[in-house]
Amino acid sequence: MMQASEKDLSANSELIAFRIGGQEFCVDIMSVRDIRGWTQTTPLPHSPDYVKGVINLRGSVLPVIDLAARLGFKPTEPTARHVIIVTQVNNQSVGLLVEAVSDILTINAATIQPTPDVASELARVFMKGVLAIEGRMISLISLDCVLPQTQETAGTVH
Amino acid sequence: MDTMAAIKQTFFQECEEQLAELESGLLAIERQESDSETINAVFRAVHSIKGGAGAFGLDELVRFAHTFETTLDLMRSNALDITHNLVKLMLRAADGLADLVRFSRDGTELDRARIAQLHAELTRAASGDAAPAIEATPAPAAADQGDGPDENGFTPIRFSLEDLVAADFGSLPDEAPKGPLVVSFRPKPELYAKANDALVLLREVKRLGDVMISCDISEVPLLTELDPEGAYLSWTIELDPSIEESAVREVFEFVTFDCELDVSTKAIEPSQATDTADFQVIPVTDIAAMLAEAQTPVESVPVTPQPEHKLTPTETLIKAGMAQAAAQSSQQTTIRVDLDRVDRLIDLVGELVINQSMLAQRVTEAGIARLSEVAVGLDDLEHLTREIQDSVMAIRAQPVRPIFQRMSRVVREVADMTGKSVRLVTEGENCEVDKTVIERLADPLTHMIRNAIDHGLEKPEYRVAAGKSEQGVVRMTAAHRSGRVIIEVSDDGAGINRARVREIAVGKGIIDPDAQLSDGEIDDLIFAPGFSTASTISDVSGRGVGMDVVKRSIQALGGRISISSRPGQGTTFTLSLPLTLAVLDGMVVTVAGQTLVVPLTAIVETLQPKQQDVHGMGETSRVIAIRGSFLPLIDIGLQLGYREEEADPFNSVAIMVESENRTQSALLVDGIIGQQQVVIKSLETNYGHVFGVAAATILGDGRVAVILDVDAIVAGTRSEMNRPDHRKRSAA
Repeated sequence: MMQASEKDLSANSELIAFRIGGQEFCVDIMSVRDIRGWTQTTPLPHSPDYVKGVINLRGSVLPVIDLAARLGFKPTEPTARHVIIVTQVNNQSVGLLVEAVSDILTINAATIQPTPDVASELARVFMKGVLAIEGRMISLISLDCVLPQTQETAGTVH
Repeated sequence: MDTMAAIKQTFFQECEEQLAELESGLLAIERQESDSETINAVFRAVHSIKGGAGAFGLDELVRFAHTFETTLDLMRSNALDITHNLVKLMLRAADGLADLVRFSRDGTELDRARIAQLHAELTRAASGDAAPAIEATPAPAAADQGDGPDENGFTPIRFSLEDLVAADFGSLPDEAPKGPLVVSFRPKPELYAKANDALVLLREVKRLGDVMISCDISEVPLLTELDPEGAYLSWTIELDPSIEESAVREVFEFVTFDCELDVSTKAIEPSQATDTADFQVIPVTDIAAMLAEAQTPVESVPVTPQPEHKLTPTETLIKAGMAQAAAQSSQQTTIRVDLDRVDRLIDLVGELVINQSMLAQRVTEAGIARLSEVAVGLDDLEHLTREIQDSVMAIRAQPVRPIFQRMSRVVREVADMTGKSVRLVTEGENCEVDKTVIERLADPLTHMIRNAIDHGLEKPEYRVAAGKSEQGVVRMTAAHRSGRVIIEVSDDGAGINRARVREIAVGKGIIDPDAQLSDGEIDDLIFAPGFSTASTISDVSGRGVGMDVVKRSIQALGGRISISSRPGQGTTFTLSLPLTLAVLDGMVVTVAGQTLVVPLTAIVETLQPKQQDVHGMGETSRVIAIRGSFLPLIDIGLQLGYREEEADPFNSVAIMVESENRTQSALLVDGIIGQQQVVIKSLETNYGHVFGVAAATILGDGRVAVILDVDAIVAGTRSEMNRPDHRKRSAA
């Protein structure tokens, strides 16, 4: 559980911001291993619809999550311009399918505001807080729950 | 203390090798195929275990090994007749030694009563015909290494038994061992150089009983003249008269040649005593203080004159370990490598193979002529990568010998328990299989051997009545056959009692009373879950698990098990196993635009379904008629949720597979691309288990393909009615 992404952000942290469905999100840069262009995935049977499938990342099998679908947006129709952000979550590598990487931010932990109450239930599960930067609102995403939980995977089967 | 733990681990690893050596040697003696070198090797094995165990203070192990060694030594010097019973005892003692080693290593349960009994039997065997003179001096006799080099790093220790006996024991019979023993102990620099420590030895002596230890520091020079690797201290030890001289000598057994050692009784003034008349007698504990007074840094000159150079005790141990490793490598050219490193290498080579085939594909796509230099170079690269892959796989491969040897113990124990006389014949022990496969074979094989003896072989009286030799034979063979390893376990017993098997199967509701079964099908019934032919559950083979468990564990290894039995002549179980778990032979198929791999082990045959063979059954299910029997037709695309419409069976290919319980089904796929060896990649590492998928692999085009879990899919369709999940999923 003590992944870089899940440690409390220290005084000055760097975040990678990206776009999904016209909104901006970000994750701690320490949990990002790689950013690569979209490649065709191999779908996995019996997987939730936000699991796009798996790709070959230098010899290991990397699951790719459609972050838009995971956050409750319309599922992404990936094109060559889409980007996969390879992240490390709880000792597993997970690829996040996003529209584009928009920015690298250096922020102070104090500037993170709590997630507003209005957000949907899904959003509240995945968002650790929001940032206001140059008039933009950027949501900070917790990567802990992006992969389907084991029980959940089993649940779609039985 | 990590270094210490590592050295200890190495010791236990070596113990395993020594135990294997010991057992194979004893078995050779039992078969009367031994020469003098065999018994020497057996002796050395026990001796090395004892030596190492002593270094780690494993007293229980040392004591047992010592008695064992004494008996072996008598056998070696022909003082004991090598009888059948004696060899049997030796084999059992070897088992006991193995138990003790395992106990010392893992703290597993130890049958102390059995060890004690073995100990007593060994002592009795040793005293039986033993020549008294030799018996009286077990320790020096044991220290004699014989001709061969010692595998435990004590190589330089070599001395003539006669000299020792002449020098120290010549007068022994005349001496009444009543007066107090006086031991003069003067270490040479070599003693410290070999990482021994005088203090440890003195402590050992102290444990024997009441002792008076005094230290002579008269030879310690001034600090400026002190040779850091020199030895300046000597000790005089006065022992309680009740302490046996042999026990004292045993303490110094491993350093005999690296010190001046004189053991005598008080009556005779030790020659040393006159030289050292002006001893300052100082208790050991005061030495450090004295040395400290001499303004020497305490840590660099501890109680013993530890060399002043920078080696810490652990470093010295490492050095000793390295020397030991070096000594070993000169004999057998093997190295110990962490399994993780090998696995990493195997992974990387897997990548190389994939990368190479991707490159080849790109070159073809780029329209480069087949005979161009680039293409020819790529061909060479392909050969090389295949060769590298084979060589790397070979690193993990290990001979099946250790597991076969373990089985000989099982045979002995089960034979004892059942009162049957059994001979184990093994063949093809050098046959190599992946290490993981070997490790996971132990349990199934143990079970099969137990079954063979307990159920397969008849009681001796029945055997004689049937005109067979009283001793039953269990045969275990291993051989390579077309890229797989075949292991057979057979007995020359009565064969399967088919009438009885059938009766039980009917009784347990496994088959219908009026089912028509061929002999082979009846034999196969013993693999059915919950089947056990023994009418009472015996200690030996009935532990609530049956051949179904064996079958499942073999299948989990990607193997198959089959049985053949001839009444009155015996039963043979045949295991067919993959050589490695890292790669798999698969059939690459397409389903709804996806590429999948079906493990070849599951496939019986492939065929093109014909109009008249496919029948609907109920609303959704279909069956296919193949040679008179109806098999469920499973649409893989539908099952895995790749499509929602049923495939047209007449434009598809049916793959007949056999799953658990030997049930057959037909899997419907769109087309077959070909057969290929694929590298197995875990899905669990980064994702999790997926129903119907055994693992993933990376194909030549660099894309991931999933490997089907045939058993799960077949089992899944059976409960289909309760679980129309593919429909639910596509709707969601």
